[in-house]
Amino acid sequence: MSTTALLEVRAVRKSFPRPEGNDLLVLDGIDLTLREGEIVGLLGRSGSGKSTLLRLVAGLSKPASGSISYLGNAVTEPPPGIAMVFQSFALFPWLTVHQNVEIGLEALGLPRDEIRRRSLDAIDLIGLDGFESAYPRELSGGMRQRVGFARALVVHPNILLMDEPFSALDVLTAETLRTDFLDLWSEGQLPIKGVILVTHNIEEAVLMCDRILVFGSNPGRILNEIKVDLPQPRDRLDPDFRGLVENIYVELTAKGPAELPSARVERFPGAGIGTILPRVSSNLLSGLLEAVAGAPYAGEADLPVIAASLRMEIDDLFPVAETLQMLRFAELAGGDIRLTPEGRRFAEADVDERKQLFAKHLLTYVALAAHIRRILDERPSHRAPWSRFADELEDHMSPEAAEKTLRAIISWGRYGEMFAYDDESKNFNLENP
Amino acid sequence: MISPLLYRPTETLRRSALTIWDAVAVLLILGTLVLLAEASRALMQPLPAAGTSSISLAPSALPEYAARTSLRMLAAMALSLLFAFTYATWAAKSRRAERLLVPMLDILQSVPILGFISVTVVFFMSLAPGRVLGAEFAAIFAIFTSQAWNMAFSFYQSLRTIPAELTEASRSLRLNPWMRFWKLEAPFAMPALVWNMMMSMSGGWFFVVASEAISVGSTTVALPGIGSYIALAIERRDMGAIGWAIAAMLVVILIYDQLLFRPLVAWADRFRFEQQTDAAAPRSWVLTTLRRSRLVALAVAPLAKAWRWTYTAFPASARANPPRPPSARTARWLDVIWYAVIAAMTVTAIWKISVFVLAGVSPSEVATAMLLGLATMVRVFVLIALASVIWVPIGVWIGLRPEAARIAQPVAQFMAAFPANLLFPLAVGAIVVWRLDPNVWLSPLMILGTQWYILFNVVAGASLIPSELRDIGASLRIRGWLWWRRVALPAVFPFYMTGAITASGGSWNASIVAEFASWGDTTLKAHGLGAYIAEATQAGDFHRIVLGIAVMSAFVVVINRVFWRPLYHYAERRFRLG
Repeated sequence: MSTTALLEVRAVRKSFPRPEGNDLLVLDGIDLTLREGEIVGLLGRSGSGKSTLLRLVAGLSKPASGSISYLGNAVTEPPPGIAMVFQSFALFPWLTVHQNVEIGLEALGLPRDEIRRRSLDAIDLIGLDGFESAYPRELSGGMRQRVGFARALVVHPNILLMDEPFSALDVLTAETLRTDFLDLWSEGQLPIKGVILVTHNIEEAVLMCDRILVFGSNPGRILNEIKVDLPQPRDRLDPDFRGLVENIYVELTAKGPAELPSARVERFPGAGIGTILPRVSSNLLSGLLEAVAGAPYAGEADLPVIAASLRMEIDDLFPVAETLQMLRFAELAGGDIRLTPEGRRFAEADVDERKQLFAKHLLTYVALAAHIRRILDERPSHRAPWSRFADELEDHMSPEAAEKTLRAIISWGRYGEMFAYDDESKNFNLENP
Repeated sequence: MISPLLYRPTETLRRSALTIWDAVAVLLILGTLVLLAEASRALMQPLPAAGTSSISLAPSALPEYAARTSLRMLAAMALSLLFAFTYATWAAKSRRAERLLVPMLDILQSVPILGFISVTVVFFMSLAPGRVLGAEFAAIFAIFTSQAWNMAFSFYQSLRTIPAELTEASRSLRLNPWMRFWKLEAPFAMPALVWNMMMSMSGGWFFVVASEAISVGSTTVALPGIGSYIALAIERRDMGAIGWAIAAMLVVILIYDQLLFRPLVAWADRFRFEQQTDAAAPRSWVLTTLRRSRLVALAVAPLAKAWRWTYTAFPASARANPPRPPSARTARWLDVIWYAVIAAMTVTAIWKISVFVLAGVSPSEVATAMLLGLATMVRVFVLIALASVIWVPIGVWIGLRPEAARIAQPVAQFMAAFPANLLFPLAVGAIVVWRLDPNVWLSPLMILGTQWYILFNVVAGASLIPSELRDIGASLRIRGWLWWRRVALPAVFPFYMTGAITASGGSWNASIVAEFASWGDTTLKAHGLGAYIAEATQAGDFHRIVLGIAVMSAFVVVINRVFWRPLYHYAERRFRLG
């Protein structure tokens, strides 16, 4: 394997302006080198800035500070030689498969014959022959993403950037596309020299990548770099493979030194007023509690195992598990989830008892719930407008996060029958019909 | 034909809070009107009675008139398209321009279109004195003003809603701006644009007829066309000729529908962004023939090649990406210059308006115009209410029966396109013969052409009620008034709102023609702002024309902001299904 650096990212920071003035930092201190012959995975939960980093590398946006260079030249606009595959495929629905593949060559201003030859080659390579005259709407998701690959490869890029390319596909199709891609890659049939893959699927990262950069949130940063030395093709059932997956789960749930205490407060403390709450429905909470309480886990489960059996990816599973932890119904440690005695009680209780238990924990452990309840109790009218709390939350977080947090607390408050909310008048109240 | 109805003219309705920019827009537009009126007043005297060619009432002359009328329409449509492409692109791409251009469009939409004719016809005729050309320009400009604004709005809205990943893909593929416009932006906007073109066309027929025969003071225009034909027929009280004109118009609209809009809608279908194919794709025999024809393919090939050449001919320096954003310092300076120019224009507008107002508009005149505006407002609201009571139940009934809807829907759309002013003589004749009160009986004419918007929107809404919802209603045995209250009316309410808003806007526009109608030498007049503007136009009194237009625009803007818009938002929030 050669060690020529295709791409170098040094000390990159990225922030987005906020209406209040202070910028929202989404990426901090990112260093990344892509060498020839490598597939590098960017793995993390949503909001960890990995897609933002990919767009910086693609030249679609500019970093606040730091440098990005491709073959020694600074990237300030989409460079020739870097192509991208999108999560939503991003095909032009009014162009046929063939026209979609050709468009990048047309933009290069190549002669007609060459455009035709190269586009047909790419269509051939990626297994789309026979579909040339089809419109994207006539194709299945898998075929659409093949068009996405053909369109990116036809310009013969050195680097291919992939933004969760398989996450909009069903499990079976995604697996076929991954295998096909890896086959072409290992046979050297692809014109590309290096790949950066953004994903939130841990197994996908271990399956495809030579190196995995694990991302943390608030602000987005690289927590750890994991080298994957397993030979291709890799076997998901191989104990080494499983071991790596397990390790990454531990990494992502760890309260390690990389996870700064202040960042921790932002995310999931005993949930002070400034905590951003995820919108997790009470059905999911009880569902996960029941699943962990039941056979074969009996109150303690391996996260990767239960994620696989429930068909949930980390972006689905972690918010639920962390909410249970916040409510002290469960504990997360070392890639495991373990129910507390109250968690077990909840799993065994009937509807009314569950609601009471839930309300008690919500009041005790989530400061915002207690706060709303206290305000409503204190006011003679027992009413308070949405804006009363939204303004307060916006001192700590962005307006979108405040909205999300209030929606979450409303849904939990309704389930626990702690307070009611009328969306027409945007009023919290204590009425209980 | 049903699918394009699903687009809703929400573009204009999204914006809510009044800002300083709305005030600036109002001032600039009013200032321009004043400027045009001043110019027209100065130009009016020396101008000879130009642009008159003699109109013949012989039915054999009608095909030529019909052809001229439709060509005028087509020219205006081409202009509107050009306007939409440029104005909307500018608004969508420049943050600076957007602040002003969008409120301007919003206000322009509320200015009565016939008012544009009144103030511009003299100006345009002075451009080509003594020849018909000037009058042609004026007519085409008037039709343009009835078509351009909503098309530009729709295009702007589409540009703002292009999915981020598609934009990123086009940048990552290094498409130059010219290529990006034709490969991404224009196609993405096409379905909504085509739908708005159809709406514009429907409205346009009304104004093409009205703008062909018009007199402002001593300046008389009679362009060869169906509108002039019918004006002459009215003057001569020739019922037979009116019948012929109506028949000719029917044929013209049918031809337009078959040869232009059906192919366009069928063609635009491939630009729909939603990738599922659930509804049957619209078809058009014309388009199918064109697509299958080898001759057409042969003819098109060199054009396509030339077109592709323009993509590569785009200056290399501007390829791939928007120019580097200017430094913060330069940006600040540009801001300062831009705002200074707007401020200067606004001040000039204020000055012009004040001089104009002080010269010839007395407070009592303003009060009169306002009172007349109230009268017209009462008429519009009463008529919309009446039309709703009649058409909502009928629309729901039709919408729930797919076979009935298939027949009724195109008919209703056709009726909306048919210029109702062609039918006015029939009504006016009846009022004269039976000596009815014009204050009451002229009013229905305002809604004659616009009531259909209520009908076909309600039909579309009712046909979209999910069958599960109807089944659960049946299974719970919800019937009678309860069914209407809990199922039917809420489900069609958002659609009804769209129809009612369109109908209301159209009725205000129609009031200028409807409140002041003549039959031979008898002139009927209802008390209202429309009649006020029409009368002032006939007298060539530019102070009163501008005052009338300003008051009517103000009424429309205020009614939209305080009544229709909140109601529409409420409907969207509460009752939009899915």
